[in-house]
Amino acid sequence: MGNYVGKPVKRREDARFLKGAGTYTDDIKLRKMTQSAFVRSPYAHAKILNIDTSEAKKAEGVVAVFTAQDGCGEFGVPCGWQVDFKNGETMREPKHPLLAKDKIRHVGEAVAIVIAESLELARDAAELVSVDYEELPAVTDPKKAMDKDAPLVHDDWKDNAAFDWCIGNDRAEVEAALEKAHHVTEMEFRNQRLAPNAMEPRSYIADYDVNGDKWTLYTSTQNPHLIRLLMCAFALGIPEQKVRVVSKDVGGGFGSKVYHYTEECLVTWASKEIGRPVKWTSDRSEAFLTDAQGRDHVVKSKMGFDKDGKIVAHLTDEYCAMGAYLSTFAPAIPTYLHGTLFQGVYTTPLIHLNVTAPFTHTVPVDAYRGAGRPEATYLLERIVSKGAREMGIDPTEIRFKNFIPPFDGVEQEGYQTQVALQYDSGNYEGVLKKGLEMLGYEDFRKEQSEARKNGKLIGVGFSTYIEGCGIAPSAVVGALGARAGLYEVGQVRVQPTGKVSVFTGSHSHGQGHETVFAQFVADKLGIPMDDIEIEHGDTDQVAFGMGTYGSRSLSVGGSAIMKSIDKILEKGAKIAAHKLEAAEEDLDYAEGKWTVKGTDKSVSFGDVSLTAYVPHDYPEGLEPGLDFSSFYDPANFTYPFGTHIAVVEVDADTGRVMLNRFIAVDDVGNIMNPMIVDGQIHGGVAQGVGQALLEEVVYDEGGQMITGSYMDYAMPRADDLPMIETANTVTPCPHNPLGVKGAGEAGTIGSTPAVVNAVVDALAHLGVTDIQMPLKPQTVWKAMQN
Amino acid sequence: MIPAKFEYMKVSSVGEAVDLLEKHGFDAKILSGGHSLLPAMKLRLNRPEVLIDITGISGMDSITEQGDEIVIGANCTHSQLLRSELVQKQVNILAQAADTVGDVQVRNKGTIGGSLAHADPSADYPAVVLACDAVIVAEGKNGSREIAATDFFEGIFTTTLNDDEIITAIRFPKIAKGNYQKFYQSASRFAVVGVAVVRDGDSVKVGVTGVSDTPYRATAVEEAYAGNGDAAEHAVDDIEVMSDHFADVEYRSHLAKVMVKRALEA
Repeated sequence: MGNYVGKPVKRREDARFLKGAGTYTDDIKLRKMTQSAFVRSPYAHAKILNIDTSEAKKAEGVVAVFTAQDGCGEFGVPCGWQVDFKNGETMREPKHPLLAKDKIRHVGEAVAIVIAESLELARDAAELVSVDYEELPAVTDPKKAMDKDAPLVHDDWKDNAAFDWCIGNDRAEVEAALEKAHHVTEMEFRNQRLAPNAMEPRSYIADYDVNGDKWTLYTSTQNPHLIRLLMCAFALGIPEQKVRVVSKDVGGGFGSKVYHYTEECLVTWASKEIGRPVKWTSDRSEAFLTDAQGRDHVVKSKMGFDKDGKIVAHLTDEYCAMGAYLSTFAPAIPTYLHGTLFQGVYTTPLIHLNVTAPFTHTVPVDAYRGAGRPEATYLLERIVSKGAREMGIDPTEIRFKNFIPPFDGVEQEGYQTQVALQYDSGNYEGVLKKGLEMLGYEDFRKEQSEARKNGKLIGVGFSTYIEGCGIAPSAVVGALGARAGLYEVGQVRVQPTGKVSVFTGSHSHGQGHETVFAQFVADKLGIPMDDIEIEHGDTDQVAFGMGTYGSRSLSVGGSAIMKSIDKILEKGAKIAAHKLEAAEEDLDYAEGKWTVKGTDKSVSFGDVSLTAYVPHDYPEGLEPGLDFSSFYDPANFTYPFGTHIAVVEVDADTGRVMLNRFIAVDDVGNIMNPMIVDGQIHGGVAQGVGQALLEEVVYDEGGQMITGSYMDYAMPRADDLPMIETANTVTPCPHNPLGVKGAGEAGTIGSTPAVVNAVVDALAHLGVTDIQMPLKPQTVWKAMQN
Repeated sequence: MIPAKFEYMKVSSVGEAVDLLEKHGFDAKILSGGHSLLPAMKLRLNRPEVLIDITGISGMDSITEQGDEIVIGANCTHSQLLRSELVQKQVNILAQAADTVGDVQVRNKGTIGGSLAHADPSADYPAVVLACDAVIVAEGKNGSREIAATDFFEGIFTTTLNDDEIITAIRFPKIAKGNYQKFYQSASRFAVVGVAVVRDGDSVKVGVTGVSDTPYRATAVEEAYAGNGDAAEHAVDDIEVMSDHFADVEYRSHLAKVMVKRALEA
């Protein structure tokens, strides 16, 4: 490797972030900019009888008040993925209106926007909008939503299903194998709904320029080009070339800022109506009520084992909530990003998953860090551990028995799963062995039995996960219902002075692209990192892009940049050969210069760059300039994997769980910057532990969210976590030029079941076999009493 | 997160504050640390028309030794209390409780007077002032009066303060041995159960917060302790126990017993 790759280079972007000098959307102030506030429904399900905006329109500083009656009513935001019913019926795709017209379908749904000279005045006037509702019964639980008498979210259809779906082997075959199995382990649980909680709330400014009939939308999104495409082509019907979408500094997303939201579409529409810029920034209460949420599966599962503990079959039925409308990628999450991971790291020969995806009277569900894969991993890692305990097998032994043997994807072929995917490369035993060494497993078991004698409850839990990321091959996802390709764009523009601007369609909202991308570009070109600038998040700057989610930036976005660098070096060699009066094939490129093999004759990258832009003495027929753009469409998903181990102590009196150790051994392929990988794992683990121990969105029977603030929604804090012990093994990805797999979601995907397994292990001698997440003290204590 | 319109007035004396309270009545609210009031105002759950800022009143943030008592100015912040050597030495249980309030920002801004007047049923100090038999000093249009802690709390967010009164100080007897045990709610870090125990020779005084909508002296525990009974078992005798999604009646009652036991054994 070169000077930078593989080293813990400090993040270049942190200088501005740590000084509070980032420019987030809400920091932007435009001339004549207005502010807006939404009037939102206090009911989960209601008819709108009347909306009276007359008082609000008369209020001080009010510029405009719009409802669905005002022209924006005809527009809705689209869904980007189609999953049809098993019987061939088309996915039920209700219109997702910018403002509710006749009916409310979740608490917080907007019925009017009030635009005023200041935020204070907009908020005051919003209180003057009077809405008459007729409240209706609501359903928020995904399983109850499929009951015969459940209230309908959308009256157009006879029940609440958006679609149903299955994957894997023939159901009858799986059922037959379970009948014959030596032992069958069963589980029923709720993978609870989570709020994503990005630190920066969503924020938008739409600026319509009447002179050019053009729009600029400043938005806190993870994928500006996709927002432009969805909004222009599928929502508002405005010409794409007339719209510039800018998304520079964004304070976290975790998936929640992937989607095209009604608010950003509405301010864009409203800006033209009033001929002035319109800003809207969500407050934290609105974020709880309107940011797309995660998980919310009701799961029933059976796993069959032979007498040696080998898994013979796995059958699961799930109800997975969509919420009130289909958010941008919602149908893909409990299906293609979930069911395709049911192989796990095991050689299970027969697998079947059936999913029913109902509408519910809740905010929509979509991808939240890990997206479908945490839910798959949670089920697999819990049920394998439960099966092991029931059969009297050590939880590590059952894993070693069932692991897919190591394969590198080069010498040995990729592993074909029963659930469509082919894994690229893996060494699942390797990460567990390393984790066990770090843990000191034998000593821990001795310590545990001693502790039990003193009434102290300690336990260890394992999770040996795999995930599929680096999404995704366009043709594959297209065949699965995606309405977009999932390639990426990378442009490398060498300036005349030999300095380099890189334009990437990937989007950084905390990932550190300005550092990591510059590291490998610098090494590949043999020039200092300081000579490289990474640009992102502006549709006028970057040719195109599919954005950042699914741990795809380095494997897909980085690969696109690599392709462009290859083109730069190829053309550069032609210019260098001309200058050196040598044949191209006689040149070597290293440390920023082309050298004639076996001589000391060389020409630098900077000289060649200048020549490309001042082509006086220049190869005949070659175009001037040194600037290439590439699209990279991956050949496959990437498959990071790892072992997570949690050590917990449970307070016997109160049920409070203390996480004493957390070991994460992750294989994310080649590592560009180990510090950033560690940071990604730390953050991911914190969120995974959050789901295990603390976080849950709770709706009451009427559909009110009773966890709509940090007084009631428990986020993990620093003192909830131990020092996280991280380590890596490296199994390169065989199909992308950097050999990278992705690290953004691994921590969240792997960690949750490790923690729950550890708590069950601590309490197993009391007869506890399962506890529902989150493991609140009350829940744990009650499990201990039964 | 934008409050409704209000008028802001900063006063420099207690008299001035009392005059404004008398003038504006229900429309006015006293502002000290603001860490309960301002969030409620930003959500527009509370919309006073007038805010009377008392943080500029000189002398109201002092901690002094007066004979057998430690007198705490109502404007003392939680941080001041937990760092004060006098408090640590003479009313250590108060420093213990102050250390569990909120987070650093809250402790640096929030005040003991504000917390007591707000009377959140899950706040920490009520248990402590009850167990210590502290006295709350209030001033109103009719002058100053002293209210025993046991007479102070009336219900959820309600006290026996008159509308024109503000808390100026809290008088604590010197406490040789006390212990505060808190089981915090994971999201808010308020007390699901908070138990303060003060020992006086062979007897104990026990204050409990978080369990009921009004903090209480657990007299049943105190009596059982004196009679060498299983005192902690009586933690919720004759108490209507609160319930929420973190702790239902059964679990909260159990926790109260556990926390009483721990405080008694500490």
